Amino acid sequence: MRYLPLSSDDRADMLARIGVETIDDLYADAPQDVLLKTPLDLPRRRSEIEVERRLSALSAKNVAAGAKPFFVGAGAYKHHVPASVDHLIQRSEFLTSYTPYQPEISQGTLQVLFEFQTQVANLTGMEVANASMYDGSTATAEAILMAHRVTRRRKALLSGGLHPHYAETARTLSDMAEDEIVLLPPDPSGAEDLIGALDDSLSCLVVQNPDFFGHLRDLRPLAEACHKKGILLVAVVTEVVSLGLIESPGAMGADIVVGEGQSIGNGLNFGGPYVGLFATREKFLRQTPGRLCGQTLDAEGRRGFVLTLSTREQHIRREKATSNICTNSGLCALAFSIHLSMLGATGLKQLALINHAHAVALAEALEKRGDVEVLNRSFFNEFTLRVKGDAAALVEAMAAQGVLGGVPVSRLLPGAGLDDLLLVASSEINTDADRAAFLAALDRGMQQ
Amino acid sequence: MNQLGRPTQAHFVTREAPETFTANRALQINEALIFETGREDFTGVDLDAPAPFTPRLGGLERQSELGLPGLSEPETMRHYVRLSQKNYAIDAGLYPLGSCTMKHNPRLNEKMARLPGFGDIHPLQPVSTVQGALELIEELSGWLLALTNMKAVAMSPKAGAHGEMCGMMAIKAAIAAKGEAATRKIVLAPESAHGTNPATAAALGFSVRAVPAGPDGLVHPDAVKAALGPDVAAIMLTNPNTCGLFERDIVEIARLVHEAGAYFYCDGANFNAIVGKVRPGDLGIDAMHINLHKTFSTPHGGGGPGAGPVVLSERLAAFAPVPFLRRDGDKLGLVEHVAGTQAFGRMTAFHGQMGMFVRALAYILSHGADGLAKASEDAVLAANYLRVGLSDLMSAPFGDRPCMHEALFDDTWLKDSGLTTLDFAKAMIDEGFHPMTIYFPLVVHGAMLIEPTESESRVSLELFLATMRDLAMRALRGETERFLGAPFYAPRRRLDETAAARKPVLRWRKPEPVEE
Repeated sequence: MRYLPLSSDDRADMLARIGVETIDDLYADAPQDVLLKTPLDLPRRRSEIEVERRLSALSAKNVAAGAKPFFVGAGAYKHHVPASVDHLIQRSEFLTSYTPYQPEISQGTLQVLFEFQTQVANLTGMEVANASMYDGSTATAEAILMAHRVTRRRKALLSGGLHPHYAETARTLSDMAEDEIVLLPPDPSGAEDLIGALDDSLSCLVVQNPDFFGHLRDLRPLAEACHKKGILLVAVVTEVVSLGLIESPGAMGADIVVGEGQSIGNGLNFGGPYVGLFATREKFLRQTPGRLCGQTLDAEGRRGFVLTLSTREQHIRREKATSNICTNSGLCALAFSIHLSMLGATGLKQLALINHAHAVALAEALEKRGDVEVLNRSFFNEFTLRVKGDAAALVEAMAAQGVLGGVPVSRLLPGAGLDDLLLVASSEINTDADRAAFLAALDRGMQQ
Repeated sequence: MNQLGRPTQAHFVTREAPETFTANRALQINEALIFETGREDFTGVDLDAPAPFTPRLGGLERQSELGLPGLSEPETMRHYVRLSQKNYAIDAGLYPLGSCTMKHNPRLNEKMARLPGFGDIHPLQPVSTVQGALELIEELSGWLLALTNMKAVAMSPKAGAHGEMCGMMAIKAAIAAKGEAATRKIVLAPESAHGTNPATAAALGFSVRAVPAGPDGLVHPDAVKAALGPDVAAIMLTNPNTCGLFERDIVEIARLVHEAGAYFYCDGANFNAIVGKVRPGDLGIDAMHINLHKTFSTPHGGGGPGAGPVVLSERLAAFAPVPFLRRDGDKLGLVEHVAGTQAFGRMTAFHGQMGMFVRALAYILSHGADGLAKASEDAVLAANYLRVGLSDLMSAPFGDRPCMHEALFDDTWLKDSGLTTLDFAKAMIDEGFHPMTIYFPLVVHGAMLIEPTESESRVSLELFLATMRDLAMRALRGETERFLGAPFYAPRRRLDETAAARKPVLRWRKPEPVEE
């Protein structure tokens, strides 16, 4: 077996040195009636060629985003990632190291985390950020728990513009933790009255910007209204590239900003692994979930970095920890950080502008037609399109013509009476030819 | 003399190393932060400006500063390569972190995860365009169920702790379905449990009742029986346990737990020791997460991403969260909504860690049933080899009992040396080894938990043994200096963690301008 270095002679010799006859003598504590004496009746080992052949065949059955005009978003976005990012994250020293428990021989990972935390804090307009979460949805659920701890209240209000899967993830955790959660109905018009829904029993208001339907929202009046009632404003960003162009949630008064960082440095990967972003105000630091990296000095007075404030964490505090999180998304955070280091402020602004320009170009082309309606007054790189008939059937029809045309709202919100709504995302990868293909596929799809 | 006639011997071998101008030491190069070297007006990504257009941002254009430096591609490569050189890694040497399973990460798996049909597909594409991806998930699920002899598997949890959360939620849902939600509020966990166990239970509104282990490091049926009652929802037990031992009475414990109307959550962090040898379903458990990043070798990446699918027994299968697969003839579909199912809810936005699924399946197919069992055996063999090779010098808290995949020592043997477990660990760094897990499990004083995994050659194991023995003898001889000052040769000497926590500096800030 190519991954196992011990030879039969090694094994025999080692057993003798241990003082047992067979390997199963070392499994003496296992119930002998369930100890498997021969391998299970399942396929045997395969060569590298065979495994590659098998998995390549499975891969070939899927339609890759890069192979077709692609307009699918709703919380995961196809962006171009520079080749150096994937090269660097595959360096052994990053790829095959563990959580940096021994800081003297983990300064690479730790400095990356320190830079990542600074990048996330600056991007979101917040004071501090943690070293990453699993993804945007779990970060949102954790933000609600944190707001409960900070305010000592146990009821959250979720905007109807929050990604439905995020809302469902938060609702599941909230129900299980026996907290209260109020979820406003889906809001395709971007006109819900959140301020009117606030009361001082709430720990937090959770608002997404741009929201699930693509609308942009001024968070300032919300923050002001929340703070008057002692409520924390949790801002959710599922398309982090938008922060290159849109005012940061921190500057608009948010208390916790969570986000999905996949758009920068990370591929689509069918939904994971992704990288959750979590940023907040310094005063809430000790209620923050997840790992934190901090600066310090070594015995010779040189700058170095360590994991810190671990007294919040499960391995020290156990049942009193701020979260049960242990593993996070280190390598995806690295990819995010490398890509953002290359972009810098200048590149991120330009990237965001191109995304917006491509979405505007498509929206304008669609608005020239009489048979569909763009619901958004404002948007970043994704908007909601009202089509004639069933959007899910339309997406299938467009896919049959080789265009991945978006996400039918009914896929995430079945039975909500929103079957004619289609979410359409654009990014820097889309060309004029892609948009022409989209329009042509839409024509034929709607005729069916 | 070499071919050019120059002397190859150093002339002044005894002279002390000088301070360098840069404070670098040859290959150990200090690296500034990107915020200290990068420029906000520079970008390393070439993007053409779009044609003029009318923005539709609703007046929300960003006014606040971004504060993000940009680097050219050569600067980027150098920055991250230099940083990488300050990390220890499995690819560089033995990494015996107990409970963490730092085994070899095959590069075939990386290559497979990057195939466009896996790496470049969107979670919300029409299911007709991702049939191969769903087939892969189905195939991996099949392996996980066969290796554990369980009924169902929830694939979406994103890491071990997330899997624990998922399994405990399924248990909570099952208890609620029986109308016992108000009464069953206690979760039993031994004191040796991973911290995630009590943290998970507490997050779900349970109180934790500790179960003591016996002097042999095992949980005994009597102790479980004494702790059980009509108020108990579940037991969370790790097997093999965190002391590296197989819970000998686990079948009897499962029987008692079920008899009391409670559920058995098994922490599967140490599944690596028994894959292909024991099927946890045969032991009577109800739920167990599988850390694909430990047992099935998806890379740890400096702290994630992981993946924590949860296998469930017949009693819990119906409560598995969405999304899950449903096969309809030769087509696979996804059930993404709770309505019309008994699913307890949703763990995360999409379908789980697909990138990790591909790697794990590549690992499983490469090994096959025979190779998986052999890998478990080799891991157990290597751990016992180290245990026996060190037990005359170091103290094992539970005597000569064979261990599973990791060997546990305590600090009794260091009692009169003036040294701690931490000192010993730091000296290992100077010898070129990553230290073992230290001070865990908490039930053993000054714990040293050594997990060599199946990936080490005989030569590597012998060098590690010889090194550990040499260090141990030096410690016992009173040569304290090399321990107390260690590490001497790492990129950094010991770091002041107390200062870091007292006055946290968690981000770079622009230095205040100095007034002349």
